Amino acid sequence: MKLRLVLGAAMLALGAVALPLLLLPAAHAQDEGAGGPPPPDPLLDAKFSFRGPFGTLDKAAAQRGLQIYKEVCSNCHGLYEMSYRNIAALGFTEDQVKAFAAEYQVDDFNDKGEPVKRKALPSDRFVRPFANEAAAREAMNGAYPPDLALIAKSRKGGPDYVYSLMQGYADPPASMKMGDGLNYNKFFPGRQIAMPQPLTDGAVTFTDGSPNTLADEAKDVATFLEWAAEPEADERKQLGTWVILFLIPLTGLLYALKVSVWSKLH
Amino acid sequence: MAAPAAQNKLIRWIDHRLPVFTFINHELQEYPTPRNLSYWWNFGSLAGIALVLMIATGIFLAMNYTPNADLAFGSVERIMRDVNYGWLLRYMHQNGASFFFIVVYIHIFRGLYYGSYKAPRELLWMLGVVIMLLMMATAFMGYVLPWGQMSFWGATVITSLFGAIPLVGDWVTHLLWGGFAVDNPTLNRFFALHYLLPFILVAVVMLHLIALHQHGSNNPLGIDKKGPQDSIPFHPYYTVKDLFGLAVFLLFYCAVVFFAPNMFGEPDNYIPANPLATPPEIVPEWYFLPFYAILRSTPDILFISAKLAGVMAMGASILLLFVLPWLDTSPVRSGKFRPVFRIFFWLLVIDCLVLGYIGGQPVNNMTLTIGRTAEVWYFLHFLVILPVLGKFERPLPLPTSIAQAVLKGGAPPATSRAPMEKP
Repeated sequence: MKLRLVLGAAMLALGAVALPLLLLPAAHAQDEGAGGPPPPDPLLDAKFSFRGPFGTLDKAAAQRGLQIYKEVCSNCHGLYEMSYRNIAALGFTEDQVKAFAAEYQVDDFNDKGEPVKRKALPSDRFVRPFANEAAAREAMNGAYPPDLALIAKSRKGGPDYVYSLMQGYADPPASMKMGDGLNYNKFFPGRQIAMPQPLTDGAVTFTDGSPNTLADEAKDVATFLEWAAEPEADERKQLGTWVILFLIPLTGLLYALKVSVWSKLH
Repeated sequence: MAAPAAQNKLIRWIDHRLPVFTFINHELQEYPTPRNLSYWWNFGSLAGIALVLMIATGIFLAMNYTPNADLAFGSVERIMRDVNYGWLLRYMHQNGASFFFIVVYIHIFRGLYYGSYKAPRELLWMLGVVIMLLMMATAFMGYVLPWGQMSFWGATVITSLFGAIPLVGDWVTHLLWGGFAVDNPTLNRFFALHYLLPFILVAVVMLHLIALHQHGSNNPLGIDKKGPQDSIPFHPYYTVKDLFGLAVFLLFYCAVVFFAPNMFGEPDNYIPANPLATPPEIVPEWYFLPFYAILRSTPDILFISAKLAGVMAMGASILLLFVLPWLDTSPVRSGKFRPVFRIFFWLLVIDCLVLGYIGGQPVNNMTLTIGRTAEVWYFLHFLVILPVLGKFERPLPLPTSIAQAVLKGGAPPATSRAPMEKP
């Protein structure tokens, strides 16, 4: 009886495996075509301070990253989900935030309803470099620089991706045919990126005098963009630690209670 | 146990007119429950709690969300950045969906192993399948609301499936879209339905509970209660056990919410929806992956196109659960006493995990072959193995009662009992 069952099961399993093989020629799928660019290199590890459950943001690095954003990135990239007031969280005083915002001009209306330009306030959103997507593509050889507020959350690898991408520029291998106006970057999917290399050794002179090699700059700007994407991260982990520290003894107590209630049964 | 006469006069007055206290006492306190339920029986109450959690967080999110194609993405970011503890609400809701599915899937497989779908619990089981379908619809529409790239393209792919239905396909698709593509009207109706369906879900859960309380819980032995010695009152025994289970659940849930809130998500959904740019790979949420694998693995069958065949196979993979109580012909409920069924049960678990993995992989000959094998095995399990197994399998001898199997005293001769008792 048992033998017959086992044999039957084995036959069924064989049939299940064989059937799709018979059907396979009807499949539309193709194997990955050869000849395309190799997949991007594995990302570099920046060893960020905010990694891990207890890691916190390096605010000084994020401030330097903001300086990089202001001097380099903001020429092409917006930070649309953010307002100037948000940077207070990086340790700037109220006056510093006001001064930072006041360097930008925004559109508004005066009391007569006429369009005017005025200095930006902390409550204003970060000014976008282009009026709209079409204007950006017109100026950027057809490419559309993505908004950076969520870039560290919307790319696989997050801040490590930003850190690597900044350092991934190189001369293309001789065998690779580059598209018009595209740049070789070993960390970009497809290895061809419209953005020219934004950062180099010494591209930004930090106000706090910190080292400014390409790797330093890449790490600082990635730290800033990680904060821009997840400004709540430090608070979240801190609250989470308390929650877990509360739940562990609670779980233990409830288990003890369960054991004690059930002990009356047996 | 007789209903205790209430001490308080006011309670007695109310209860005489509206018997809520009698009801609570009857259904939550003295409700006789098998004394041998294992921790696998915790997942029913956990699913109920997850539903309440989703509704509670969802209502507060809805207060701050804007269902408009131009504003939705930004309004979710405002919740994350500007609403007090908005990030907590959203991460609880977003990960709550995943945990709801984890809990419900375990609950379903527990039912599969212990034969909880068998007489007299067929309707209880079928209501459970309705709950799963409603959950899927709700979760799918909820995923569309942030209006990111995966929201938009996931919605496009899934709603387009309805176009495969002969004759009425286009009409149904246009009805879902409210136009000729996924756009603002789609977002609006999905938001309305995403708010409505959970309350229908609550109603079906009530029916699920009424059906449950009619015959009481199944149990790991799968045999009926034969008398008072087989059961214990729900309170305090299972209230305290469920509370402990809830605490363990919260540990896992909070670890994800606070320390890895995006681990179940796709990075692409933090890019605003763009109808002109298709993401390199469109992947549904993880809890749909086994079904997505079935959809993609199905080839042309005779004159039926692969698309329609895939939709039919995906639908059938869920709908056949409705007739499961009649597909499984074995009179024995619990897998504990079905040595061969047990093997096939674990093969099915592995099969579903394989389908889930394949659903998340890019399509090539390798993944297609594995997916197709797993798909065929899934249907084989329910349509061939279960009906045949019930006829040929020789189950182990069943214990005469729950109390006898669980309590040490009064055990029958060791020879017949040895193989089926848990150490």
